[in-house]
Amino acid sequence: MSEEKAPAVNQLGLSKADYKAGASTMCKGCGHDRISEAIIQACYDLGVDGRSVIKMSGIGCSSKTPAYFLGQSMGLNSTHGRMPSFATGAHLANLDMNPIGVSGDGDSASIGMGQFVHMIRRNPKMVYIVENNGVYGLTKGQFSATADRLSPSKRGKFPREESIDLCGLALELGAPFVARSFSGDKKQLVPILKAAFSFEGLAFIDVISPCVTFNNHEGSTKSYTHQKEHGVTYHDPFFIAPKEQIDIEYEDGELQEVILHDGSKLVLRKLEKDHNPAEISSARSMLQETRDRGEILTGLIHVDTEQPSLAEVSGLSREPLVRQEQGDLRPAAGVLQGINDSFRI
Amino acid sequence: MNPVVNDFSVRIATPNGTGSQTSNIVIHRALLRMGLAANAKNLFPSNIAGLPTWYQIRVSPGGWQTMAESWQILLPLNQATIGKDLRESAPGTVVIDNSDWKTAESAFEGFVRYPVPFDKLARGIDNAKLRPRLKNLIYVGVVAWLLDIPIKAVREALETVFPGKTEVVDLNESAAMIGHEYASENFTKQDPYTTESADQVGNRILVDGNEAAALGAIWGGVSVVAWYPITPASSLAENLEKHIEKIREKDSEGANRFVVVQAEDELAAVGMALGAGWAGARSMTSTSGPGISLMAENLGLGYFTEIPTVIYDVQRVGPSTGLPTRTQQSDMLQVAFHSHGDTRFPMLLPANPGEAFTMSCQAYDLAEKYQTPVVFMSDLDLGMNNWICDPLEEPSADFDRGKIASDEVIARLENWGRYRDVDGDGIPYRTIPGVTLHPDAAHLTRGSGHDEDANYSESPEVYSRNLDRLARKISGMVVDLPEPILKPGQGGMGLIAFGTTDWAVEEALADMESTPDYLRVRSFPFHQQVGEFLENHESVMVIEQNQQGQMAQLLSMEYPQLAGRIVSKTYYGGLPLSANFVREALQSASEVEAR
Repeated sequence: MSEEKAPAVNQLGLSKADYKAGASTMCKGCGHDRISEAIIQACYDLGVDGRSVIKMSGIGCSSKTPAYFLGQSMGLNSTHGRMPSFATGAHLANLDMNPIGVSGDGDSASIGMGQFVHMIRRNPKMVYIVENNGVYGLTKGQFSATADRLSPSKRGKFPREESIDLCGLALELGAPFVARSFSGDKKQLVPILKAAFSFEGLAFIDVISPCVTFNNHEGSTKSYTHQKEHGVTYHDPFFIAPKEQIDIEYEDGELQEVILHDGSKLVLRKLEKDHNPAEISSARSMLQETRDRGEILTGLIHVDTEQPSLAEVSGLSREPLVRQEQGDLRPAAGVLQGINDSFRI
Repeated sequence: MNPVVNDFSVRIATPNGTGSQTSNIVIHRALLRMGLAANAKNLFPSNIAGLPTWYQIRVSPGGWQTMAESWQILLPLNQATIGKDLRESAPGTVVIDNSDWKTAESAFEGFVRYPVPFDKLARGIDNAKLRPRLKNLIYVGVVAWLLDIPIKAVREALETVFPGKTEVVDLNESAAMIGHEYASENFTKQDPYTTESADQVGNRILVDGNEAAALGAIWGGVSVVAWYPITPASSLAENLEKHIEKIREKDSEGANRFVVVQAEDELAAVGMALGAGWAGARSMTSTSGPGISLMAENLGLGYFTEIPTVIYDVQRVGPSTGLPTRTQQSDMLQVAFHSHGDTRFPMLLPANPGEAFTMSCQAYDLAEKYQTPVVFMSDLDLGMNNWICDPLEEPSADFDRGKIASDEVIARLENWGRYRDVDGDGIPYRTIPGVTLHPDAAHLTRGSGHDEDANYSESPEVYSRNLDRLARKISGMVVDLPEPILKPGQGGMGLIAFGTTDWAVEEALADMESTPDYLRVRSFPFHQQVGEFLENHESVMVIEQNQQGQMAQLLSMEYPQLAGRIVSKTYYGGLPLSANFVREALQSASEVEAR
């Protein structure tokens, strides 16, 4: 009698297949699909119940991807550039849910720049991923606001305007969790995503995600080749869930720990240079230095676990608003009488 | 000279930002304390300080709350507008002016003048620091003398304006007394206008429509509020926050069962409201014309993806920036079919603070039951002016959360789909993320084409079927929308109005010998009675406050076969509508008929 090998399951008894969703309609080789896979991996590893996640997106190729991961989660594919506001409203309505916002460089750096900026100021608990490829894919390859000046289009044209570095902007705005990664670097992206899920505030991740159809040619600064040649990082990240014991081989002074709100840890093994992501000045200078050298810095750039979240500053009940009943919401009998009395002449 | 008792309008012209508003409110409140149903309209500029503002207080035997077109008493206390203010006044108007300005005597010809040296008298105010503001109280004293308003009523009014601040009340009262003493020592009454205490107010209250609507939202169970400041809607959200802090019960840890977010713009405000509605909370945003325009795209998403939320549109004068501090009913057509594509939005049309409270409360049930954004159409006149009205009424109905796809419902229905019309009324069963946990429940809400199971679809049949179901769903709302109110007259012509236009209509009809049948429309889509009213009258005048006759156009669209019966009469100058406008409109119609 041959024994079938049972599929691997996580602590919820779910297999990785349980975290998948509909078949992707992205182009073959699209970076976005790798990001969806990383989200699936991170949620599987963390043992996330998909029903406690809400997938929020705007408009564009990246914003279509919530249909391709976490099939047990509900999602809202909103309007172009407005994902942050829809996500903020949904988050405030139900603090038990974990929002993953998926946006693109057109969605966040152009039409939705205002909402991107103000969401950072507000600091709701959510993961905010920008799948950054420097082009508008769905409308056939126009430059986006993150397209670098020296990065030509397929037809050899160059952008006329300066590009926006979303990580630099997020730092300037005081974002408490700023990371950049590469869709082709699962080893880095997955632990960063896990840390983002465990973070009690806005976790912003700019993921360079090459567009194989419109922006993966020679000379493009958002191509697979360019990222492999010019991407630099100062840490190897390891995510350690609460109470989990993992031994990491290291030498003295090589490790930095970021302890997250739920007790999990992101352990950073130092590579060639010192960079303490808890220090904003270090984050700023690392970003600037690498940019000046034509490099693309990836990894956890900055983290600040002290910043209060939107729910905290709003004094909001932990009991989700969606679960409040009429008895909790409508003032008791007699209160209106008092109000009417105050309006008496 | 026979006295004219309790029947006059006082117009007070001042530069804004000088503290004169307090004095104006004190005069209004003092009249109210006398039991007079005095009405006040604040005609203010879109400006912080220095531009002209007018405050018009009306006392009438009928206790009418509309603004009169003319005034009998003028206080031209703005040097920049005094010439114009006098020119616009009828001969015989009582004028209380600042004699320190040395205005040419000829300007006062034909008026009953009481010149008061306000600047000189102000030097008698001991408190030098507060002198510029307290100076305004001097004219309160002069008006009190003129109209025989008891000092006691003035003091009581001051106590309402400065509750619990005896010292401030004393200071203000003594400033008012300077004017009162000057007038009684130097003037002999030369005009007929005076007041007597009466019982015009009874049990009624004084409140503005924005505050009443805000309270209605709290009783309606709103828990996520997102807004962006805009005149004349700001005080709705501000009052909501003020009251909900106090009267919404906290949880066991003392935390809030609500959240108010001041958004970065109206796009975000409505996005948050829709996000919260999608997640299952009762949510709202409040705005005015420019904000409504900005909300278009997201509201289209709300309509097409069937997300409940409530939008308050406190209409002001458009297009563009228009007149931000003046009133109009000019967003009707835009809101009815807001956003690109085929949409139809339910609108609630309150006419007074009582209805503002009730309809605001009801809006949350409607939004959830029909899974659609509901728009509460107020205007500046209702929202920002104080109205005497009946006490706000405790809602008798419990919350109606509509059809929720609980796990049991999904299991029972077998063929449940987020957009499947299981019951034949066009209304599907909605999910609440995190509450609906059934394995079949998960789906992606999307503004792109979707089938009954919320899957992406470009099928022409699926798309048309979905739009048809949405149209059917919205039409079906009439059974729950506020029904029109019919006030039968002597027949003949019909009259249709809505919102604040009602006040002017009611007043005009009150003293007409032969009145038309009057139907006040209170919601869109229209009830069957509206069509019947058009059918039963060969000619129906529609009076409204916009240039293009937007309600008349809506009626013509909904009842094309009866469109020829509609006569549109519009006022769009931005001032609160007067009864005189209605009288003249009806008069002109009957003359046409007579010919």
